[in-house]
Amino acid sequence: MGKPKLAVWKFASCDGCQLSILDCEDELLAITEAIEVANFAEMTRKTLDGPYDISLVEGSITTAEDAQRIVDIRKASQTVIAIGACATAGGIQALRNYADVGEYITAVYAHPEYISTLTTSRPISDFIKVELELHGCPVNKEHLIEVIVATLAQRKPRIPRFSVCEECKMKGNTCVLVADKLPCLGPVTSAGCGALCPSISRGCYGCFGPTEKANTASLSAQLRKNGTSDSKVKRMFKTFNANTKEFEREFS
Amino acid sequence: MKNIEETGSRTIDVHGLARVEGEGALHVRIESGELQHVELEIFEPPRFFEAFLRGRSFEEPPDITARICGICPVAYQMSACLAIEDASGVEVSGEIQDLRRLLYCGEWIQSHVLHVFLLHAPDFFGLEDAVDLAKIDKNAVERGLFMKKVGNKLMEVVGGRAIHPVNVKVGGFYSAPKKKELELLLDDLKKSLDYALWAVDWVSKFEFPDVETSYPLVALINESNYPIESGVIASTSGLELSPKEFLDTIVESHVARSSALHAKLYDQDVYLTGPMARFNLNYERLTPMAKQAAISSGIEAGCRNPFKTIIMRTIETVVAFEEAIRLIENYTPPNPSYIDFKPKAGMGYGATEAPRGLILHRYELDSEGIIKQAQIVPPTSQNQAAIEEDLKKVVEANIGLELEDLTKYCETAIRNHDPCISCSAHFLDVDIDS
Repeated sequence: MGKPKLAVWKFASCDGCQLSILDCEDELLAITEAIEVANFAEMTRKTLDGPYDISLVEGSITTAEDAQRIVDIRKASQTVIAIGACATAGGIQALRNYADVGEYITAVYAHPEYISTLTTSRPISDFIKVELELHGCPVNKEHLIEVIVATLAQRKPRIPRFSVCEECKMKGNTCVLVADKLPCLGPVTSAGCGALCPSISRGCYGCFGPTEKANTASLSAQLRKNGTSDSKVKRMFKTFNANTKEFEREFS
Repeated sequence: MKNIEETGSRTIDVHGLARVEGEGALHVRIESGELQHVELEIFEPPRFFEAFLRGRSFEEPPDITARICGICPVAYQMSACLAIEDASGVEVSGEIQDLRRLLYCGEWIQSHVLHVFLLHAPDFFGLEDAVDLAKIDKNAVERGLFMKKVGNKLMEVVGGRAIHPVNVKVGGFYSAPKKKELELLLDDLKKSLDYALWAVDWVSKFEFPDVETSYPLVALINESNYPIESGVIASTSGLELSPKEFLDTIVESHVARSSALHAKLYDQDVYLTGPMARFNLNYERLTPMAKQAAISSGIEAGCRNPFKTIIMRTIETVVAFEEAIRLIENYTPPNPSYIDFKPKAGMGYGATEAPRGLILHRYELDSEGIIKQAQIVPPTSQNQAAIEEDLKKVVEANIGLELEDLTKYCETAIRNHDPCISCSAHFLDVDIDS
């Protein structure tokens, strides 16, 4: 049996999640010994045809061509894993979903006729079936290795499903929301970063997206009670994971 | 994916140039042995940052604009901070500025080393990637990965995270790292400095085609040090401009089938930013060991061969390691870690040196600190026209080469400038018609 084939695909994104793979400096050469990198433009000129055992997909769907390309990738892949806030929630560029894209185009570009784009930025799962979604802006590189290894071993990946609050408790952080009244999305945000922001006296800004059953309404009320302005509360939810139902309902 | 067609005139079509950050396309057409047309296209789907920044608070651009590019988020964060501080009449200096420079050194290290070892060096061995390079010179690739890791570690300690650091705040940092935490990095930084010096020697022995360019070079300069996080904008054609004057001087034009905007000085001159520009305009301000390494490698100010940017990038990696070590050894945590200020209505400008070139931000704020207008000029959209000039030279000088070889040559010529197409908007295809 040959080595399993891994493909990495890019859609509208900053490249940061696929860069996380190249940031596995200690593991990179070992990974390439165990796995055939069949498509990964940022790393290699080599390309192999499918089928692929695993396709990692970075970025959101924002053009008609990309909406077709993702369907083709699905057909060629046994397992599709969407990585990062763009692929799992539409990313920061999903702010267009709440605006007039025509106006956006004329605001940035002199020749709107040269620009071809959909009016929305949508996650991969809006277009195809996805076996797994790995959240984060960017994803945690250890989680990335874990999902690849777990998929190949045909077991469930061990990815935390609790909130940032629990990571703070594990680190022994004083609660910035309670003690310092800092605006913090930790209670409704998925763990995964290691509570980076509260550890540096900053409120969580939600890069890992909502936890399941996040009680965002309660948090919004608490933030307002703590003196955070209504417009700021809305802006906090309206960033990298705006296009998730849990966060969206707090600003729309 | 490669697709070769012959239609009387030869055609090479490569969709998705590998080993660059982001996605774009190149078209070269040769008819009857004559170069007809060169065009570098950028058609990464537009993401509209400048549009949705309007209405956001002055505190948000460091986090939001970082997401333009996962490879150089700090460049966006730093130019954003400078522009917003400028609009509000605030100047950050001293220990906070030093800490910014230290964080930026981490970004230069990881980005330059990524480019030199994983993206660019394989070209000089005729290889497809760094994995194949490791098969013939594992030691070299392992040294590269070690340096890259140390650069990322530095970003984690100062910025909280290597990709999209969380600690950068308008006015400074949310929290200053402890001296002890930084000192723990010193051994690895010193070992990396040795590796970086070795890398200058390693790459300077590569074989370089003889290509000379003449377009003006544009980079920050300042009196005290090699420019990273501050300076005024200078050019080899004798310009010396503030970021405001520069932004008023360049003309961004929107060309067909591109989601990036081309920048030109006075709407006519092609110009180049990045390592070759910095090296030429700041040779005298290289750090001591970097200067020595440059002399030993035989590269001098005045070198205009874009294929030798790989040497300049390793020399700048030496600069970044030397500076990181100096800044840590002299470090006193800024206290407070940021300047607290009220935003003012007005326009502000910021310019810093991303690993791949000059990056400018301009914001107009209202009296509440809400952004009314944003403009971001990334390095690659400035360099796009210069890259096309290089391609013309390369194709004209090698018009008789086999198509496959010519294609590879063109790809290397593009990689010379480490284009970050994610930054400008994004996708690089090579498509040669000949």
